[in-house]
Amino acid sequence: MRVAGKGLVDCSKPLRFLFDGTSYQGFEGDTLASALLANDVKMVARSFKYHRPRGIVGAGSEEAGALVTVGSGAHQDPNVRATVQEIYEGLSAQSQNRWPSLGFDILSVNDLAAPFLGAGFYYKTFMWPKAFWEKLYEPVIRRSAGIGALSGLSNADRYEKAFAFCDLLVIGSGPSGLMAALTAARAGADVILCEEDSVFGGRLNGESLEIAETSGQDWGTAAIAELSSMDNVRLMSRTSVTGAYDQGTYGALERVSHHMTQAQGKPLETFWRIVAKRAILAAGAIERPVAFRNNDRPGIMTAAAVRTYLHRYGVAPGKAVTVFANNDDAHRTAKDLVAAGVHVAGVIDTRTDAPDGQGYPVYKGAEVCDSAGRRALESVSFRYADGRVDKLQTDCLAMSGGWNPTVHLTCHMNGRPKWDGSIQSFVPTEGMVAGLEAVGACNGAFSTHAALLQGNAAALTALGDLGLKTIAQDVPDAEDAPYRLKPLWAVKGKGRAWLDFQNDVTVKDVKMAAQENFRSVEHMKRYTTQGMAPDQGKNSNVAALAVLADATGRGIPETGTTTFRPPFVPVSIASLGAGAQGKGFAPERFTTSHTASVERGAPMIEAGLWYRPSYFPATGEKTWRESCDREVGYVRNAVGVCDVSTLGKIDIQGPDAGAFLDFVYTNMFSTLKVGRTRYGLMLREDGTVMDDGTTARLGESHYVMTTTTAAAGPVMRHLEYVKQCLRPDLDVNLVSVTEQWAQFAVAGPKSRDLLNGLLDTKIDNENWPFMACGTVSALGVEGRLFRISFSGEHAYEVAVPARYGDSLFRTLTSRAEAMGGGAYGMEALNVLRIEKGFITHSEIHGRTNAFDIGMERMVSQKKDCIGKTMSERPGLTDPEREQLVGVKPIGPVKQLTAGSFLFKSEDSAVRENAQGYMTSVGFSPEFGTFIGLGFLSNGRARHGEQMLMVDHLRDVVARVEICDPVFFDPEGGRVRG
Amino acid sequence: MRITCPLCGERDRREFYYVGDAVALNRPDPDAGDVVWDDYVHNRDNPAGVTRDLWYHESGCASWIVVTRNTITHEVLETALASDVKEATS
Repeated sequence: MRVAGKGLVDCSKPLRFLFDGTSYQGFEGDTLASALLANDVKMVARSFKYHRPRGIVGAGSEEAGALVTVGSGAHQDPNVRATVQEIYEGLSAQSQNRWPSLGFDILSVNDLAAPFLGAGFYYKTFMWPKAFWEKLYEPVIRRSAGIGALSGLSNADRYEKAFAFCDLLVIGSGPSGLMAALTAARAGADVILCEEDSVFGGRLNGESLEIAETSGQDWGTAAIAELSSMDNVRLMSRTSVTGAYDQGTYGALERVSHHMTQAQGKPLETFWRIVAKRAILAAGAIERPVAFRNNDRPGIMTAAAVRTYLHRYGVAPGKAVTVFANNDDAHRTAKDLVAAGVHVAGVIDTRTDAPDGQGYPVYKGAEVCDSAGRRALESVSFRYADGRVDKLQTDCLAMSGGWNPTVHLTCHMNGRPKWDGSIQSFVPTEGMVAGLEAVGACNGAFSTHAALLQGNAAALTALGDLGLKTIAQDVPDAEDAPYRLKPLWAVKGKGRAWLDFQNDVTVKDVKMAAQENFRSVEHMKRYTTQGMAPDQGKNSNVAALAVLADATGRGIPETGTTTFRPPFVPVSIASLGAGAQGKGFAPERFTTSHTASVERGAPMIEAGLWYRPSYFPATGEKTWRESCDREVGYVRNAVGVCDVSTLGKIDIQGPDAGAFLDFVYTNMFSTLKVGRTRYGLMLREDGTVMDDGTTARLGESHYVMTTTTAAAGPVMRHLEYVKQCLRPDLDVNLVSVTEQWAQFAVAGPKSRDLLNGLLDTKIDNENWPFMACGTVSALGVEGRLFRISFSGEHAYEVAVPARYGDSLFRTLTSRAEAMGGGAYGMEALNVLRIEKGFITHSEIHGRTNAFDIGMERMVSQKKDCIGKTMSERPGLTDPEREQLVGVKPIGPVKQLTAGSFLFKSEDSAVRENAQGYMTSVGFSPEFGTFIGLGFLSNGRARHGEQMLMVDHLRDVVARVEICDPVFFDPEGGRVRG
Repeated sequence: MRITCPLCGERDRREFYYVGDAVALNRPDPDAGDVVWDDYVHNRDNPAGVTRDLWYHESGCASWIVVTRNTITHEVLETALASDVKEATS
């Protein structure tokens, strides 16, 4: 119910929202949790395993009870913490893990079967018969256990990633964080202040306390106003710092539009990577529940959460509230409620020396031992030391077992926290994350005054480290009460007492883990699943290991903690991968002829990130093979045009360019004449072939290298490596010009005729022989012409600046068509090169060397080069190695397939008998059959041998003959024509 | 992780390509023998502690950089241009 005159919500802005189809009203500034409590909705979920009714346990991002699903369809978002989700007009939330409804849930029978469903039950109960596990038990268990479900649809929301840099990152905006930010910002440091909540102030908004003789809330508001007026401060609300990483890098998740009816173009979430020279962790502390019988009933929550709902949201979570405490701090809850006019049924304190009540009864030296109520709390039973049991009618129990500092980020780089007996909890070990200092409650300093002092001191230290001038600050006066606490983790007694609300782990489960010898805290965690739910044990870890310590007869420090890992709060994969969904994962690279190719109906195929035309269909053609055969015919009989711009182009200049190329290629390039092109072979240092291509010498100290499409990036990296790491003595410079030039192959007997129609100065066989290169002018555009061939035909590659690519491609193809030719695609290009035995990365696939592909003579004996020494190892020139061969069918089956294996005719086709394998195949119109390239053991000596080609996957068995890999024009006359 | 490029300054490690131990700078003579070459091409230490790696500032200035760092603490102790390191040793 609402409490008049309290809260920071805007009562002038009512909002309607739906929960499980019922419409409720809340106000701007409410979370779903506060709005539900204001409407007296207590039960909001069913538990993970036993399907027990669950309510709201806390008020922060560590919520362990109230997980709901928000939205529907592709926008459906499961496991949203109701305490974090702000309401907006039209918000629709659903409860989870129940069927058919939250109130009547069939699987709540699990709770009756609880004796059989303890920790690890599925390893014991469902062992027999074995075959039932996969088919029956596991599916049934999986369906009954669980939390929210995914929609199964592609995520429709937009996510962003962003980077930020600062001198000082302050994590948390409670009193210590605000003080640290003020001190640092006033000294001129660049400060980023991150706050998980939608409003700044942390506990200041959830408490009634004074700072500098004004209310804590007002002091916080003034501090934020001052910070927001400063240019050197960036305030980030709704931003959880999720992890600490090397060199001052922090991950942070900003919930940008989760609170909005319409995103208005904003992303749903932004994942930040913040680089901070220094960081101050002011993350506060999380109040821990106490384990007692039936402590999971809706209406039972932490004492501080009750205060937060009162002060921050103006909501009393009950009409008659009871407090259960082992410390002084929790008594504030009773005081604040009474001051606000809310009835307090009483305070039950385990300590006999507990403070007296101020308008409410205090039951000293007693423990709550049970709760009752159908779907929500109706009464609690409490027991005195002498065994006397009493009962209180109450609809809300505010419990406090003390506070656990939020040490998580200090442990993200393998640090371990240390035990502090005075607060009965773990505190950060100093220096576990370089440049990060913890202050305030997360450092075990629980009084407001101590938080302010530590915040100020840490900021001064950071300013000193940064070399910034410090200005002495007055730290305001504030509450400085001592933290008095008597440890209590679990109330003794029968029945189930919950530790981990989210994963339904009870005190019994932890004790059973210890009994069954899972005594290490890491083993206990995995055996019981305690701490493995979305809250990652923030509510239960310390209590669970205290119970384990007790059960194993060890102290808590000896028992230790499990490992804290990022992220601090759940982070959607979509935000981590922002920008990499769909096409963003693999950006498309288009050639300048892309539009023209698509206009011609060419199916585009991927070549790395590039898209290249597969073939150009003509009217009446029914299969790709018909198109491919026609295009091969263009090149063999007339002229074909193909965009080869995707090949890597590297401009190499400098007086030592020739010497450099001699070192990276196996063959000589310093001796290449200006105006000539040469085929080059490049090895890795281990002797394996890295890449091949042609390199043209355009000037005395100017070369242009082409690489294969696939290896353009790796070769560029390799060349820079050779230049910088191995041969800095050479005066040479490299730059990738792949995208600067559009380059087209013009191939076929009529290629020169086609070009001469475009070139401003005509060429002939004398002034432009095979392997010539140079600058030309085509239709007034200065370009480059290379007489090289990947088809075995009289051919050229003509390059122009990329902006002329589209127009040149259209001109070349239309003129080629007039001459009986036209454009050809990848399929035809592949057939043409297989007919000539030219290799691609299908053959130089990372396991073959120069000897294997028959190019060992290309490794010059006159010089050293990368890979030369290692390529001479005896094993790399063993005749039994698989060598490049041609393969043609000779039996009734004419089909060849790449990836199939070669066997001796008399051998059975099993792996051990494989003699080689096929790498490339294509249908040759020239020979009217499939032909292929492959590798065969001692293959060069086996030309003419008949073998079996077997493709076990596609079930193809063909009789083949091994032959020379050059099928077409072995003398090479056509290329010089 | 942040790496200081000697030319560009401190940058996110996503800008860099990692290749391995900086021992790659010490390419043996062609006639150094099988053992030396085998060691150079294939064998690498995997120390817990200080290492010298080669990183390539691929999304930056294309510098190859020798990064000295500690694999236990993740501290980056020193960065230098590989070409400077190579020239100083040869």
